[in-house]
Amino acid sequence: MNAAETPFEFVTVSYLTRIGNQSAGSPSELLTGLEHCSDASIFHHTYQTLGSHHFLTEGFSNDFAQWVLADTNRNDLAEQLAALDIRDYVSIAALRSDLCRVVRDFCEAFPHFAKQSALERFYFCESVEVTAPLGRSARTLDEFRDGIAHLSHAGFYFHFISSRLRLQLQTNDFSHWLSDGLGLQTLAESVNNIDIYTNTLDGSRAKLLRLIERERRKA
Amino acid sequence: MSETLAVTRIPLDDYAELLGAGEIEELRALAKPLRGRSIQMVNSTAVGGGVAEILMRLVPLAEELDLNIQWEVMSGGEDFFEVTKSFHNALHGAPYHARPRDFEIFLAYNERNRATLPLDAEFVVIHDPQPAGLIEARKPGSNHWVWRCHIDLSHPHRGVWDFLEAFVSRYDGAMFSSPEFSRQLPIPQYLFYPAIDPLSEKNCHLDPVFIAQILARYRIDPQRPILTQISRFDRLKDPVGVIRAYRIVKRYFDCQLVLAGGSASDDPEGAMVLKEVLREANDDPDIRVIELPAWAPLEVNALQRASTIVIQKSLREGFGLTVSEALWKKKPVVASAVGGIPIQIIHKHTGLLAHSVEGTAYQIRFLLSHPEIAAKLGENGHQHVKENFLITQKLKRYLTLFLTMANKPSRDH
Repeated sequence: MNAAETPFEFVTVSYLTRIGNQSAGSPSELLTGLEHCSDASIFHHTYQTLGSHHFLTEGFSNDFAQWVLADTNRNDLAEQLAALDIRDYVSIAALRSDLCRVVRDFCEAFPHFAKQSALERFYFCESVEVTAPLGRSARTLDEFRDGIAHLSHAGFYFHFISSRLRLQLQTNDFSHWLSDGLGLQTLAESVNNIDIYTNTLDGSRAKLLRLIERERRKA
Repeated sequence: MSETLAVTRIPLDDYAELLGAGEIEELRALAKPLRGRSIQMVNSTAVGGGVAEILMRLVPLAEELDLNIQWEVMSGGEDFFEVTKSFHNALHGAPYHARPRDFEIFLAYNERNRATLPLDAEFVVIHDPQPAGLIEARKPGSNHWVWRCHIDLSHPHRGVWDFLEAFVSRYDGAMFSSPEFSRQLPIPQYLFYPAIDPLSEKNCHLDPVFIAQILARYRIDPQRPILTQISRFDRLKDPVGVIRAYRIVKRYFDCQLVLAGGSASDDPEGAMVLKEVLREANDDPDIRVIELPAWAPLEVNALQRASTIVIQKSLREGFGLTVSEALWKKKPVVASAVGGIPIQIIHKHTGLLAHSVEGTAYQIRFLLSHPEIAAKLGENGHQHVKENFLITQKLKRYLTLFLTMANKPSRDH
């Protein structure tokens, strides 16, 4: 079996939520918050929340969209915010820019609703990240499959979702290693195409394992 | 006097069956750099109350990860606890007339405990306002002090908070159960959710035969929908509002209402609220008002598991862990959007939020009409609790906090 020169090191991640000093009580205040909050806050309410709500597959995309839906009752704005796909971004700056654009367009189009008070305020928070090596690595596809099967949700999230920002590429740790380490470009691409919005993390993992199994049968 | 409590060790691996081996492996990986490092948890009561209940479970789990953790309980006389009780209510926004003597009593007991408690661990976690003044015992060095606030500080009495803030600002960080409860402070503030233990008597799996026995004991019909609110008889839990919502639902569905809570016998206000509830119930044979003993975890567990829908129609709420308990049991929940409830109930995903009697009734009717949606909400709610509100997640948050602090220099003080 093909073995990679550089092993895949399995890592896990844990997040602390730091409460910020900003909050929003209307769409226009949300815009102000989005413009001024930290990168860690944008990360927290988009990437990290997708990880912590991984079991939801219908209609939940990020905290901003959920707040607009539940607390301002503006389905139109919520839909626009929910439609932003974090896989399209390789930087927080670009994601922030699009979030701001969507909310600004709404506020300009509906100035009356922009100032309307929400039922509950939105509190901007930040993620503080701590990673820990799991002491497990893989050089072959078999070892890689076993490692993925045993990962916690947080570990899977770290390698499959938040890695996109770290790599600054439109890919993830798994696909990156499959391609660079084992030279399996087609498999890497199929793994990268798993839809994290319509699958739970467990569902995504099951799909990934099925793809690896298919590859193993080819060998 | 310091009291280090001996508590039963709970094997961490017992949780693997519920959570998966990967989650336990992750806890061990995060704890590895903290092995042997000292931690002290300090609170004001060894038994009773949510904090003691959590520490009783958390401390043995941390020990199993080879952390050198101690739980210390501060001592205080009746006068001290009277003062801290009035502080507690004042911090929740209740009226309070500040008396200089109250502050003197608070300071005197904190000073006495500073002399007797060994507050020398690398990480010192002080729980709630009572021991907040222990920060003065902090010696220059590399240890880290954090304050865990379990109460809602969104509308505190100004005088009491100003007094407390002088201590809190000297910690390295403060933890709150909801962003709404936090204050403007010069130190980092973190979100720390309360937690339930899935293996405790209140949340563990129950034999259906036992559940049937509990229903029979309280004359509840298992064949008809059961709406349940578990809470003490307190106006802030709005039991009368729950009955009014039930009456609206009853026009459309042949359902029953269970209002179950701790005994009101030693709580004059509780007894008064109970009377109001009974008056509102007006001998309706389908309303069961149940006064449970102070500690009845299995009964609560059974009533929650037997429910068709669980209600938490609070007017104000701390975190409202009864919501997590119901969600863990995969129950659809209709609850008020107050306090920590919206953190647990993501509207239309893990339950339904309401803002009035009529809204509560409407959401209940919706769920009774759409059992498949109710089941989906219950399933999502279970996953949400699993991910965020279990004791193992709480332990993980503490490990992450200690690792974060260990990488930061201690504050100059």
